[in-house]
Amino acid sequence: MFETLTDRFDEIFTRLKGRGRLGDAEVDEVLREIRVALLEGDVALEVVRDLIEALRARCSGAELSKSLTPAQQVIKVVNEELTQTLGGETFTLRYASIPPTIVLLAGLQGSGKTTAAAKLALWFKQQGRHPLLVGADLQRPAAVEQLKVLGREVGVAVFSEASDPFSVARRGVAEAVRVGRDVVIVDTAGRITIDEPLMAEVRSIHDSIDPDYTFLVIDAMTGQDAVQTARAFHLALELDGVILSKIDGDARGGAAISVKSVVGRPIAFVSTGERVGDFESFHPDRMASRILGMGDVLSLIERAESVYDEETATAAMESLRQGKFTFEDFLDQLQQMKKMGPLSSVLSMMPGLPKEMKNAKIEDRDVARIEAIIRSMTPEERVTPTLIDGSRRLRISHGSGTSTTQINNLLRQFKEMQKMMRSSVMAAGLARAAKGRKKKGGRVTPSSK
Amino acid sequence: MLFRRNREVEAPSAEAQGDLDDSGPDPLGTDLNGSVSETDLFEDEETEDDAVERTRRSRFGRSRGVLRTPLLGLRRRQRVDEKTLEELEEALILADVGISTTQFLLGQLRAKLRTKELSGDFEEMIRDLEASIIALFDGEDRELHRSHLRTTVWLFVGVNGVGKTTTIGKLAGREVASGHSVVLAAGDTFRAAAGDQLALWSVRSGADIVQGADGADPSSVVYDAIAHAHARGADLVLADSAGRLQNKTNLMEELKKIRRVADREPGEVTEVLLVLDATTGQNGLTQAREFARAVEVSGVVLTKLDGTAKGGIVLAIRHELGLPIKLVGLGEQIDDLVVFDPVEFAAALFEEGERE
Repeated sequence: MFETLTDRFDEIFTRLKGRGRLGDAEVDEVLREIRVALLEGDVALEVVRDLIEALRARCSGAELSKSLTPAQQVIKVVNEELTQTLGGETFTLRYASIPPTIVLLAGLQGSGKTTAAAKLALWFKQQGRHPLLVGADLQRPAAVEQLKVLGREVGVAVFSEASDPFSVARRGVAEAVRVGRDVVIVDTAGRITIDEPLMAEVRSIHDSIDPDYTFLVIDAMTGQDAVQTARAFHLALELDGVILSKIDGDARGGAAISVKSVVGRPIAFVSTGERVGDFESFHPDRMASRILGMGDVLSLIERAESVYDEETATAAMESLRQGKFTFEDFLDQLQQMKKMGPLSSVLSMMPGLPKEMKNAKIEDRDVARIEAIIRSMTPEERVTPTLIDGSRRLRISHGSGTSTTQINNLLRQFKEMQKMMRSSVMAAGLARAAKGRKKKGGRVTPSSK
Repeated sequence: MLFRRNREVEAPSAEAQGDLDDSGPDPLGTDLNGSVSETDLFEDEETEDDAVERTRRSRFGRSRGVLRTPLLGLRRRQRVDEKTLEELEEALILADVGISTTQFLLGQLRAKLRTKELSGDFEEMIRDLEASIIALFDGEDRELHRSHLRTTVWLFVGVNGVGKTTTIGKLAGREVASGHSVVLAAGDTFRAAAGDQLALWSVRSGADIVQGADGADPSSVVYDAIAHAHARGADLVLADSAGRLQNKTNLMEELKKIRRVADREPGEVTEVLLVLDATTGQNGLTQAREFARAVEVSGVVLTKLDGTAKGGIVLAIRHELGLPIKLVGLGEQIDDLVVFDPVEFAAALFEEGERE
């Protein structure tokens, strides 16, 4: 687990006392830290260079904010810059005026194209469309079989034949027209970009079927090579968008920014798991914090959503947003978290947690201990922990079977967490999330949880 | 696909295939290109010299015999200055070596420049850096170990899509070609048609295969394969496992169980090979760390090195975790597997990749 950027920045900015502006020297130092963070997050070097220059322009000589610490101010700017690079608007799919809408998937071997094809098919189905899957990967042993199995799972027919990829793609589209499907999704074989014959092949498939959407499927854990790959495929195929796969891993995902910068087309979807329902629209703001290494608070809330009911979730988010996070809320969260999965992975998504808390591999017995401590508090104490003096501490310690040291630790760590929750960046993000949820009124795709 | 093959007999083009049954593994052992299993052709056509030459002309050997081209983006100079070192740092980062190991390597360089051990001549510095990189891999145990008394089991692990099944197929081909009897264990019981995929490799390589039902317990499939191998007196079991992300605790627990079960009589797990995709960024280090913690990885197979990615993450893996890199995958064909060679690897790190 890494120190968060805010921790690092705080150290740099303690020198900035009593000054009204962000000094150049401090900005330089901070930009060096950001550079390291971005590179560690697998953002492409050339993209990092551009980002740092843009940030330098925005930060140097900027007036110190009244409401934010210098560290928070810089983080806010970095987040905005990253979010902007990653996003802009959300991707909206426009169906072809004359059906079918043709979708072509391309990418390296193992990037997740075949799985994405099936997920996309399910997604279209849920939009009320009638897709056909076309298995044009004749290279990988049993690739067509894999697509057929997945097709059965999502209830979508799969077309393929033992000819060649070019013919399969063309005949697949023709078949879709023949049986009146309004969407065709063509899966192709993975290929390395320096294989000229194979790149020519996919280009000829593209030219022949004239897809409405060509997506590059790229693995979220891709390193510096992401730009090479994206450029090559974009040059060959003129991509319309990107599908980022395997983001349920713990890779920081800098490839997302790299690819977006190079291709200039939106990241349309993300693949969030191995099951066919694990497919969502892309959220740039969440990805930005994750790439920076700041965790994914909004994702945490979304995960919580699926376990909480609507009401509890809204209430929790409101109190988080207003910085009124209490031990009562924490107790609720812990119990919901237990349902969500291993606590260490959930906590790893919360930025600004003190190092000790993050680095400690928190096991279930730690949760039990924390729960016991909170339960031994009176309701007042849970809402106003500052009430807890020495004698109350002793009482809680006896009631929960823990030491006063453990209680002190919890109180201290919790205070840090509250501080972080109140920070403007988080509040802004949470406010956006709250707004977003109210608008949507539910997910576009069901999560298979 | 025939990219960069160095063989005299070309497989027939895809159009000429005719009536290929696409509904499952082909019992005649033809691959989807319609050619006969490569190992058959191989035995007759290739001399040892050919084999060596083919290895040379692998992705490593592309620049062999040609004056080494400058490190990615690095301008060739006479003297080393601070700018040079910065460019060098960037070049290493571009290769996915990562900040930490890059700083380690550059730290060594800077120290040598300070003590005048290095004169500041550019060429000399590059040679020294290459030597340092090669030295990182000194003393690696690159052998694939076998059991003396029990049935040898090599377990393949890694995240989704890295090339575990293909690597098993290649290794099976190699082992069978050198006279060993091999049993494949279709331990990926989760992924759609994973068993079918491995079955095709069993046909191509000449290895036996033991499969379970879809969704069967992977440990029991692996165990059955080992029992089968033991009963037949087979030399080697290659056990496939489902790809899994290392942050999924329950899946890592499942993997631990697979290893435990495979390590029981009559089997002995003498290798746990982590298959790693060369395009992986810094997460590769996390993968190695977590998989090693869970199942005691004995070595790494670096795949897809025939692409544009440099696979520099293995430097970090070696430097920080001490894991040996044993094998390298250079393509999708059965013979696209070589022993890791640090000299070739370092040279390849330093060459310009081919760009469109």
